[in-house]
Amino acid sequence: MSLYTAETKRLTKRRFTRLFLLGTTLILLAIAAGMFFTNEKVGPSQIASAQAQAQQDFQRATEQYQRDQAACQAPGANPASCEGMYQPTQDDFQAQWYMPPTFDFRENFPDMVTTLAALLALVAFIVGASFVGAEWSSGGMMNLLLWRPQRLQVLGTKLLALLVLFTVLTVVYSAIWTGIFVGIAEARGTTDSMTSGAWQSIALMELRGLALVLVAAAIGFGLASLGRHTAMALGVTIGAVIVFQFGLGTVLSLAKVKFAEAYLIPVWMIAWMDKEIKLEDYNSCNYSSAGGCQPDSLTLTWPMAGGLLAGIFVLIVGASMWAMRSRDIT
Amino acid sequence: MTAVLEIAGLQKTYRSRKGVRRALDGFDMVVEAGQVHGFLGPNGSGKTTTLRTLLGLITPNGGRMAILGREVPAHLSEVAGQVGAIVESPQFFGNFTAQDTLSLLAEAGDVRKERVTAVLELVGLRDRAKDRVKTYSLGMKQRLAVASALLKEPKLLILDEPANGLDPGGIREMRSLMRNLAESGMTVVLSSHILGEIQLICDSVTIISAGRRVAAGSVADVLASHTSSGVKVRLEPGVDMRGAVELLRANGAQVTVEHDHFTVGNAGNPAQITRILAEREIYVSELTPTAADLESVFLQLTGTAPVEGRNRQVDQSAVAAPTGGWGQ
Ligand SMILES: Nc1ncnc2c1ncn2[C@@H]1O[C@H](COP(=O)(O)OP(=O)(O)OP(=O)(O)O)[C@@H](O)[C@H]1O
Ligand SMILES: [Mg+2]
Repeated sequence: MSLYTAETKRLTKRRFTRLFLLGTTLILLAIAAGMFFTNEKVGPSQIASAQAQAQQDFQRATEQYQRDQAACQAPGANPASCEGMYQPTQDDFQAQWYMPPTFDFRENFPDMVTTLAALLALVAFIVGASFVGAEWSSGGMMNLLLWRPQRLQVLGTKLLALLVLFTVLTVVYSAIWTGIFVGIAEARGTTDSMTSGAWQSIALMELRGLALVLVAAAIGFGLASLGRHTAMALGVTIGAVIVFQFGLGTVLSLAKVKFAEAYLIPVWMIAWMDKEIKLEDYNSCNYSSAGGCQPDSLTLTWPMAGGLLAGIFVLIVGASMWAMRSRDIT
Repeated sequence: MTAVLEIAGLQKTYRSRKGVRRALDGFDMVVEAGQVHGFLGPNGSGKTTTLRTLLGLITPNGGRMAILGREVPAHLSEVAGQVGAIVESPQFFGNFTAQDTLSLLAEAGDVRKERVTAVLELVGLRDRAKDRVKTYSLGMKQRLAVASALLKEPKLLILDEPANGLDPGGIREMRSLMRNLAESGMTVVLSSHILGEIQLICDSVTIISAGRRVAAGSVADVLASHTSSGVKVRLEPGVDMRGAVELLRANGAQVTVEHDHFTVGNAGNPAQITRILAEREIYVSELTPTAADLESVFLQLTGTAPVEGRNRQVDQSAVAAPTGGWGQ
């Protein structure tokens, strides 16, 4: 217990941790402010103005059409050019497309949850890596082991302190984030469609976000502990991201591998946060008389993504614990 | 007296991509309670490796170790609270202050908070305790390291080169600190290259060379059993010293040339020197046996005395004690 409190203090005392959390907070506030100022509430006057504008554009398009018709039917012109001409209809100018952006909580907030989770996951990764990486490279870990010769306990307690801190942070940030956007929706949009079922699904999504943050923290921590250096963890990740995003993506699509996106990390993150993602292969055709050509599709679901996250977590934490147990500390 | 520290037949082989290196090769060591024990050896002889193994930082390939009567590493966590240690200039996380660093260690090790202030005072860092460790000088970092080792009021204090980077005043303070600690019942194991210092403060020593013990016992015993057979030779003024030195070397003597005299390291029978020189009509004006000091015993035992015209490489040290003298 004393080790746990000491590690929590060590983690929160670090300027690195504090700076990153401050930065995250500022970025989140900027996003919230942006959403506040780019959305507005929709009332009768906005609807009326959107309808008027739609009507006006429809009118203008119709006049243009009539002018073009007259031009091509005029003597001397080529009448064939009239044939492809399209007559605009009222349906092509729907009032809803002329509405100002408005923040519909049920529709727009899930993206904000994903944004928060992704940002916190990134910070958790970096803070986790630097927390244990700096300990290894500065020799602090060796000093600590002279005090507490139980290696697994020491590393495990550090990891626990990190995960608990990020659990608390994510829960607090999620609560505030939700509160802020309820406020934004009330001022600049609507929360009308929020049923208790919708709230539950938001809460579950935030819970999945928490899992994502914790896995990211553990991966950063595990990699830095394996490599005994912060730079090592960051290097591996940047390498992995480059290889995955660009290299692998290019190679796979050149090789015409089906569903090449399934090898990309962000696709899995979206599958995890949004519960599923549907990948389609536009080179295929499943003909049906009703719908014509339907592409092959592959649906990645959140249990699949969850399995992947759990697998990576177990693999990296396990490897770092095993290395901690057996290696010479010099 | 009881042994606080016992090591028998310790083996350690480092393996890396470049091959294997045998750092410890059946090393033995015993330290009695209440003593200040010097742990000496040339660079790369295995001192730090021994201490790291003892403290559970590296796994040995063989041998037995016990601290305060308990087998380690098996029971290390039981005795860890009674062992304070610094291993080869420990580094600390640079952005924390000395105060924070020690407080966190104290908390992790269940030590009373008041100890932090007490040890900072003891090593002379009280007024700089709120500065970040990054801004410390080498000697200040070393003092902080000693403070961290003293924090838990250990029964056994293990210090690997504690004098590294200390100023003369600091070395003297360290010396009296060690003496006081030993008088209060603490056992101190001290590795150092400053042999004059060791001779002043240590009750007993262990000398290691190439991973094996080459001498052990009280300082007086070690000096007595390896009495230097060296003699200092001064010639009549104006006599060519070089000729005499070459003559003696040709006869197998180990000669070290000084400014106005030379010493013969292995003169079992000093009369031999006068006879050889007198045959060539070179006469000696002074012939005094040199008193054995720890340094010469160390150089002799480890075979690391500098030889003119040769650059000794770090791994060139004696594996077993050299035998016999010259001229007997
Ligand atoms: N991590 C390591 N990997 C490989 N070899 C090592 C490692 N650490 C030490 N050695 C080797 O083990 C031998 C003993 O080293 P050690 O550090 O114990 O020497 P030392 O007696 O403390 O020397 P010094 O007086 O210079 O501090 C040396 O030959 C060294 O090169
Ligand atoms: Mg050393």
